[in-house]
Amino acid sequence: MASDADQPILVASGIYKRFNALVVLDGIDFAMRPGEAIGVVGPNGAGKTTFLSVLVGAHRPTSGKVRFRGDDVTRLPAAERCRLGLARTHQVPRPFTGMTVFENTFVAASNGGRFPRTEAYDRCIDALSLCGMLGIANRRAETLGLLDRKRLELARALATNPVVLLLDEIGGGLTDKEAGELVDTIRELRRRGIAVVWIEHIVHILLQVAERLICMDAGRVIADGSPEAVMSDRAVIDAYFGEGTP
Amino acid sequence: MSGWNPLAPLPAVERWTPLAKVSAAAGVALLVLLALGPLILNANLLDKLTTLFIYVILALMWNALAGYGGLVSIGQQAFFGLGAYGAIRLADAGVNVYLSLVASALLVGLVAQPVSAFMLRLKAGEFAIGMWVLAELAHLLVNLDKLVQGETGTSLIALTAYQADSRRATIYWLALAAMAVLSGIVFALLRSRTGAAIQAIRDDEEAAAAVGVRVLGTKRIIFILAATGTAMAGALWLATAISFQPKTYFGVQWTAYMIFMVLVGGLGTFEGPLLGAVIFFTIEAWFGGSGVWYLVGLGGTALAFSLLLPRGIWGAVERRLSLRLLPVGYHLKVPLGIPESNMTEGASGQAPSAVAEIPPVER
Repeated sequence: MASDADQPILVASGIYKRFNALVVLDGIDFAMRPGEAIGVVGPNGAGKTTFLSVLVGAHRPTSGKVRFRGDDVTRLPAAERCRLGLARTHQVPRPFTGMTVFENTFVAASNGGRFPRTEAYDRCIDALSLCGMLGIANRRAETLGLLDRKRLELARALATNPVVLLLDEIGGGLTDKEAGELVDTIRELRRRGIAVVWIEHIVHILLQVAERLICMDAGRVIADGSPEAVMSDRAVIDAYFGEGTP
Repeated sequence: MSGWNPLAPLPAVERWTPLAKVSAAAGVALLVLLALGPLILNANLLDKLTTLFIYVILALMWNALAGYGGLVSIGQQAFFGLGAYGAIRLADAGVNVYLSLVASALLVGLVAQPVSAFMLRLKAGEFAIGMWVLAELAHLLVNLDKLVQGETGTSLIALTAYQADSRRATIYWLALAAMAVLSGIVFALLRSRTGAAIQAIRDDEEAAAAVGVRVLGTKRIIFILAATGTAMAGALWLATAISFQPKTYFGVQWTAYMIFMVLVGGLGTFEGPLLGAVIFFTIEAWFGGSGVWYLVGLGGTALAFSLLLPRGIWGAVERRLSLRLLPVGYHLKVPLGIPESNMTEGASGQAPSAVAEIPPVER
């Protein structure tokens, strides 16, 4: 694997996704390098979450291809992609409510991570510690508040030992202090070599991590490049504030 | 693990608590004691206990399916009936009658494999009703068999070749063994990694797939296990009743009993259904003769429980006293210094610098 450092790790080409007459993704091309940190912005309804779902296999694209680590994974179900190292968090957290916080991560480590039992334990402890959840490891997930549910999304995704981690608005509703902690955690993940795609509305948090920014609107990528370039792009300003904004 | 203070104790996962060891030992001791039954107890009591063992199997299987697997079925009588029917067929073909009881259950398990391919595509309510339709279909097909003679039925005549006493003892032991083995299998399965995956699917199928759980294959395991166990119960019921009338075996009341036992005892707890079976057995012994009102009482009780104590008796006990006699879950023993119940504060205290460092593993 080491020699492929310059090969893109995750590639989507010509992705279209229609739900009946509604075109949600309208020809997306995307490629990311190993270890890269990409921020995804765009107005509501731009298709960001759908694009993420196509990448992980929760949705099949109407047409187009997804390649991960050199293989065509377009027809591979979500569970198999996760086992290859592609993990996501959900915008609206989806904890396993009847299980404890620890058990939530254990399912992820022993399935997605394919770790044997004791190694899975270590992974879970590591992921929970990283997300600040060790102290509530034995709580049933149904008793968690929204913030802890979001943390659990991240811990669970981490326990699968991802190569690429796709984060869907994990920073929404955080206080400044909490957002700072989240940024620290994600920087630590990057230090470990995990590539990150992060959809987020709170741009100033995003810019602390992202080295590249993508802006989507109406199912297309309208800008892709360095954060500074994208944020000052005419099309991006128009998409957010309406055409003709000075 | 460079980030950790090497002197600080690491969190450790605890699965066998001292209490769990004691209760597992007590369970085994109880089984041994029960195994002596035919040497001590009178015929009436043996028959009653055999019935109780069958109820325990039914409750255990429905709880595994619905309480842990999230597969709420109201058609488990399909497997109950097929288990009995298979035994009739096998015994008629000349197989030893006791062997045919066990073989029939295993055969039904085999049949459940292709059946699962269709049924597990159905979701929630569709699955529940679909299973009922399946049970009706199985009933009608069995009625077509000339050996069964429609609703006239037939009987397990081969059993009458054995003396009443030896027959009673053998069936008792068979039921006890089936209960012990099936409990052991369910317990081991739930404690395995597959068991955790099964519960994740119950709580959120899509999220389970997103963390790498192979949903269909995992569901199939629990579906086939429940089918096999329920078929064993049906075959044992036939052995105690000898006569086989399809209507009695393929009736939806069997699933109603299962639901009652599991809801009252505690859905999704390992101990609950065992308790529920004992309660159901007792109620039936006292009020079983009261006809329609008995059924009304059962329905009312189940309704009251699902409204007022949705996690059943054992679920309430577990929550109040945090008592787990036979735990299937995982308890993380966290060393001092990390508060047990922190919500938000101090959350980042240990992240990210004080974190155990584990590099990603090459896949």
